[in-house]
Amino acid sequence: MNLPNKTCPIGDAINRIKDGDTIMVGGFGVPGTPMTLILALVAHGARNLTLIKNDANEPSMGIDHLLQSGQVSCLITTHLGLNSHAIGLMNAGQLEVEFNPQGILAERIRAGGAGIGGVLSDIGIGTELAKGKQVVEMAGESYLVEPALHADVALIHADRADAYGNLAYVGTAQNFNPLMAMAADCVIVEAERVLPLGGLAPNDVHTAGVFVDHVTELSELSEEYAVVRR
Amino acid sequence: MSDAKDRMVARAAREITPGMVVNLGIGLPTKVVNHLAADFPVCLHTENGLTGVGPILPPEQADRNLIDAGGAYVSTVPGSAFFDSATSFAIVRSGRLDLTMLGAFEVSAMGDLANWKIPGKFSPGAGGGIELAQKARRVVVLTTHTDRAGNPKLKQTCSLPLTARGCVSRIFTDMAVIDLTAEGFVLLETAEGVSATDVAEATGAPLVLPDTPPPTF
Repeated sequence: MNLPNKTCPIGDAINRIKDGDTIMVGGFGVPGTPMTLILALVAHGARNLTLIKNDANEPSMGIDHLLQSGQVSCLITTHLGLNSHAIGLMNAGQLEVEFNPQGILAERIRAGGAGIGGVLSDIGIGTELAKGKQVVEMAGESYLVEPALHADVALIHADRADAYGNLAYVGTAQNFNPLMAMAADCVIVEAERVLPLGGLAPNDVHTAGVFVDHVTELSELSEEYAVVRR
Repeated sequence: MSDAKDRMVARAAREITPGMVVNLGIGLPTKVVNHLAADFPVCLHTENGLTGVGPILPPEQADRNLIDAGGAYVSTVPGSAFFDSATSFAIVRSGRLDLTMLGAFEVSAMGDLANWKIPGKFSPGAGGGIELAQKARRVVVLTTHTDRAGNPKLKQTCSLPLTARGCVSRIFTDMAVIDLTAEGFVLLETAEGVSATDVAEATGAPLVLPDTPPPTF
């Protein structure tokens, strides 16, 4: 009995993305951002996308390429502070932006991956972030209803993967990747190294391969993965 | 950094006591770490998934996979741990964070904090700031006492959108250390060369003064 082999060329995986899809993209700043999958999505050209990502990277890096190519209509995020271009698009009304408190974005994605409808939280209660959100009372306390987030596709960066899609992350490149890898219909992974089955010890797996659909190995790391010189 | 700001940061560092779990916000709070002794027993947390944040490294030593929430290339220390973003905010929301130090646009006499949005001018999103402000066990603010135009940042009520209500316990400025109490702003200490009257005049709400001249920092 062998676990299935999910390795495939990057183009074959990205071709599953359609106009209008909701796409989760891992990463917090550079670490964990699937730079190569993002550029493949630019080349693919799907439009009217909703992106879910912690931040908008920096100008001319990461998901900014998708913003610049006009493929994104909506961005669900927590902070755009390092991307003046994204802020400009938002202020000009060319990009719809939904801001979430960072940990609430994480919990909404986790709920989506866990197959539950959402979470209850008091974060932002009494501020404008609570505007329009359903409030429920429980045990004498008020909570905001934070609906689960689920995506058509998740783009994930891992340090190591095996051929079945078991994943391991390093450093602060973990961030949203393990959460998003559970919360999409189609999970596409770029890994710095793809190992044969058995190459990743069961105890070292952060994301179980059962959540993953496609694995592609990065032949090289572009300049975008390198330390940012500001 | 001006001498007054540097002394404010050094004074704020004394807020950190041995054994704490602490999150330092972006900007002035990050600089507090420069005033902690190398062997000081503290666990620094950063939102993007690390406890045991070590010193910032020069670019040639930086690890491309190791940053703090502000994007600085940091290091680990013996005992550091990495985790995902949900775990990182579980730490924050469940009360494991003893202290957070945050910047501010405005603080009200009720301890309300506004530090994430200036409508029409600055709205990049709050990131993890809302949860830090609302859920850290103790929230202190580091800020200049007035804005660039000289307007008070400590006010009776905030005019900007709030980050969290009633969350601030103490404020460190370039002029003073001020506590938030049921009576509003209470002056604890002044910067060297600054009088209690100077602080009161630069504060946009009543300031309770001590009976005797306050200590300086």
